[in-house]
Formats: sequence, structure tokens, C-alpha cells
Amino acid sequence: MGCTAERVAEALRAVARVVAEHREELVRLDREIGDGDHGENLNRGFTALVSKLDGDVPGTPGAVLKSAATTLISVVGGAAGPLYGTAFLRAATSVGDAAELDAGAVAGALRAALEGVVARGKAAVGDKTMVDALTPAVAAASSVAATGGDVAGVLAAAAEAAEQGAESTVPLVARKGRASYLGERSAGHLDPGARSTALLLRTLAGSAR
Amino acid sequence: MKKIINDPATVVADALRGMELAHADLLDVQYDPAVVVRVDAPVPRKVAVVSGGGSGHEPLHAGFVGRGMLDAACPGAVFTSPTPDQVLAAVQRTNGGAGALLIVKNYTGDVLNFETAAELAAAEGIEVRSVVVDDDVAVKDSLHTAGRRGVGGTVLLEKIVGAAAERGVDLDGCEALARKVAGQVRSMGLALAPCTVPHAGEPSFTLADDEMELGIGIHGEPGRQRVPVRPADSLVPALLDPILGDLPFGAGDRVLLFTNGMGGTPLLELYLAHGIAERLLAERGITVRRRLVGPYITSLEMQGMSLTLLKLDDELVELWDAPVRTAALRWGL
Repeated sequence: MGCTAERVAEALRAVARVVAEHREELVRLDREIGDGDHGENLNRGFTALVSKLDGDVPGTPGAVLKSAATTLISVVGGAAGPLYGTAFLRAATSVGDAAELDAGAVAGALRAALEGVVARGKAAVGDKTMVDALTPAVAAASSVAATGGDVAGVLAAAAEAAEQGAESTVPLVARKGRASYLGERSAGHLDPGARSTALLLRTLAGSAR
Repeated sequence: MKKIINDPATVVADALRGMELAHADLLDVQYDPAVVVRVDAPVPRKVAVVSGGGSGHEPLHAGFVGRGMLDAACPGAVFTSPTPDQVLAAVQRTNGGAGALLIVKNYTGDVLNFETAAELAAAEGIEVRSVVVDDDVAVKDSLHTAGRRGVGGTVLLEKIVGAAAERGVDLDGCEALARKVAGQVRSMGLALAPCTVPHAGEPSFTLADDEMELGIGIHGEPGRQRVPVRPADSLVPALLDPILGDLPFGAGDRVLLFTNGMGGTPLLELYLAHGIAERLLAERGITVRRRLVGPYITSLEMQGMSLTLLKLDDELVELWDAPVRTAALRWGL
């Protein structure tokens, strides 16, 4: 079964709940190697998104994703606002005005999101950023979609790979974002952006089951 | 955490309400999205000088809104860059037909949000240029990091470019001037004690009684090196020497020396440090022609200081001396 606008909205509401639950964890991770605002900013953004969706759920999955993009860009601030905002915006563009998303569309949306994040933030794998979680997630999603998996399978593979990718940031020395100012002292810490990316994908996967 | 606040979530808007009342003769505050504009904006045919950044660095930037400096400031959440719609609203409110110059401190979030705003403004047909300030010499390896941070030099640049815009210098001229200032200003800071972001509730790092953090930024982020606290006579050179070596500054240069407090350091100590810095510069044959001492770009209640040196020529001296009337800097008007 494909993914409708209502299902996408439900999944984003679930993401908002998970972000709220993990707000303090993300603040703590960010305080260790950044400036301690990641959990707060994402929570503010997704809370605003839920209010917007409570008012009106747009008609197509693409329109829901676009609404998420504009809300996150205008509410979150920091680096996470434009980066997550761009990710959702590119995903929205990638799915067009389809009424339902199949596994291929979901994998394609994730790929577009990654390309958007890389274009905006100019980070590569190994820089200790959300790209370290999103890149393996896109590869895993594409491979499941290519071998006939369903939406739930695609997102489950993406979540699994993102979690491993996020863990892989622990020993890395940051080369982008505020953690890069710490140099070697950034090693030994989980990157908060990679962690929030993994949380988001795990929640989407749970919603798709 | 002990702070004079009600709710961490509303601290910025709550503070803006007080600022609006305290400086009604200088500025107007708009709340959604949050923008502080000079009271007579837009000034016809004048380049709009717009800046912004996370809150918690007061008086930067809203304290510099007014005649002879900024046309608008966009205050983000504490230590969080403003959003593109804030910056766009600031440009729309202040554009007097001569375009807008955006002054951006080099932090990943600020650059991304201002970039997005500049695209939005351009799409509306407003000519916008951006200049990124990255004067912090503590970030050594700028190839493998997000680059040098924008710190104390931002204050000096906003004053000088604001003066030029007030005189009617066009957008090309203001942009060129901003790049010139950014190219010859350098800073470095240290912290003796960290600060606590209201919504985090805990200090951003911890220091033992006998430790200090060298090379801090202005967001409560730790620096690059933790060293034992030492007397001011050897502490000031730890900031000044990397600055001097970087540009480099040398004998015969004329400079503006800016001794800045991070929020929790008394003027008593700042003047003490400033006196040492002046003596060290004189010993090297560097002439201090202008100075600024005080907390102008802060990091909440962080205990610490930064030094900024700007190489001066007659043009920059004249623009520095030009009249300014803002909440935090005021002379000649």
C-alpha cells in the first residue's frame, strides 16, 4: 500500500513526539561539542509543524513535505533549520504531486533530501555531520527499493543504516559545523545532527509499519 | 541555574519588550518575525545595513541599531542564528531603494540562513550583498573546519560601514568597505568561567578553579586549549601575540584596539587588561589611534574577554569618528 498525505502527516506528528522525548538528549550531545541548542531548536520546529498540520493537512504527500520544509526553515534557525528544511523541500520536489508514494518514490525522496543537505551544507561523509547518517540510509533505501521492497522495508533499512552511520561519527574529528572548532577534542562524541537524523528515520520507519 | 527570567522559551521576546521601551527614541521592534529596526526606517536612497545573529551577545546586534550604524538587527533565539524570514523582513522594512548589505558572522547556521534570505530578497527584486566576518584567529585550521568565527571585528565593521552608508556611499562602496575592514581585523578571546544557555539550564562547559579556556568563541563553546590561569601580564600576550602574528601587525601600523568583555567580567579587569595591551603594542612600535573598552559582544554571563585589532588608515579613522546614535554606542549626535 502506498503512502498518502494523511500517512505522511501522521509520521511527522510521530517525529514531533520523538523529538520532544529526545530533546534533552540532543541538547546534551550538542552541548558536548557544539552550542547546546539542537534539541531545543528541532523541538520548536516540529511543535510548530504539528500546530500547522492540526489546522490543515495538505492534499498530497509532496505538499505535506513542503509545508514541513517551510515551517522548519522559518522556525528552527541555527544550521539545522536550513539543512532539515532543504532536505524536506527537496524531498517534496522529488515526489511531485503524486497522491501516494511507493517504495521507489520514498527512496528517491531520501536521495533528493541528501543531495539538498550536501548542496547547502557542503559536508561529505566523515565530516561528523548528519550526512554521515543520511548517506548510508539513502544507499540502503535505494537497494531495498530496487529489489522490490515495500515502503516499510525501505524506511526500516534506511533507519538501520542511519543508526549505524550516526554511531560511526563517535570517533570522528569534526570538519564542519560548530564542533569543528574543537579539533581533536570533538572525537569521542556522537554527532547530534547525525543522531537526530537517525531518530527521524527510525520514527518514519515505525510509522510505516 | 539562576537567571532573571520567567520562561526560557520566551526570553528573547521578553527582553525585546524591555528594549523597545528603553529606547523608543531609537528603534522599533517587530515580534513575528523578530526584527529591530531604526525608528526612521526606511531611510530613502540610503543603503540598508542589516545584521543579526543569535541572542545572548547583547548589545550586539540590536544595541547597534540607529543612526550611523545598523538599520536593522535580527535577533535569533539564544545562540541560534535568525531564520531567513526574519532577515527578509528586516530587508523589506529598511530598504530605502539603494539595496541592503547583510553583515554575517561566520557560523554555519548564520551563513546558511542569511544565504537563504538573500535569495528570497533577490527574488523580490531587492539588491542584496552579503559580507561574512571571520576575524577569530583562534581557529587555526580553517581548511578543515567551518572556518574562522566572526567575533569582535563585527562590532567595528558595523560601526564603520554604518557610517559610510549614512553618508550616502552606495551598495558597491559599502560592500567594498566591509570587505576591507573584514580583511584587516583580527580577534582572540578567553574564558575564565562558562555561561549557561537558558533552555539548556547547565553550563556549556566546566573549568576548574585554576583553569581557563583559550580561543573561545561567543556561543559558550569551549576553546581549543585549556591552560592554567595566570597573571594578567602573561594572559594578555596570550591573546595579543596570535593576533599580531596573524595579519601580521607590525611597527609603524596604526590600529584600533578593542578590549571586549564577555558579559561577566568587570570593567575594572577590562581596563587593567587594556592598559597592558596598550603597553605591549607601544613596545612593538604599533600606534593605538582609537580604542573601545567594554562589553559589546558578549556570551551571556561568561567570564572572560577578547581583544580585537583593526589596522587603521585615515578613511577608517574618519568613519569610526563619524556620529553614531544607538543604544550601546553614541557619540557626535
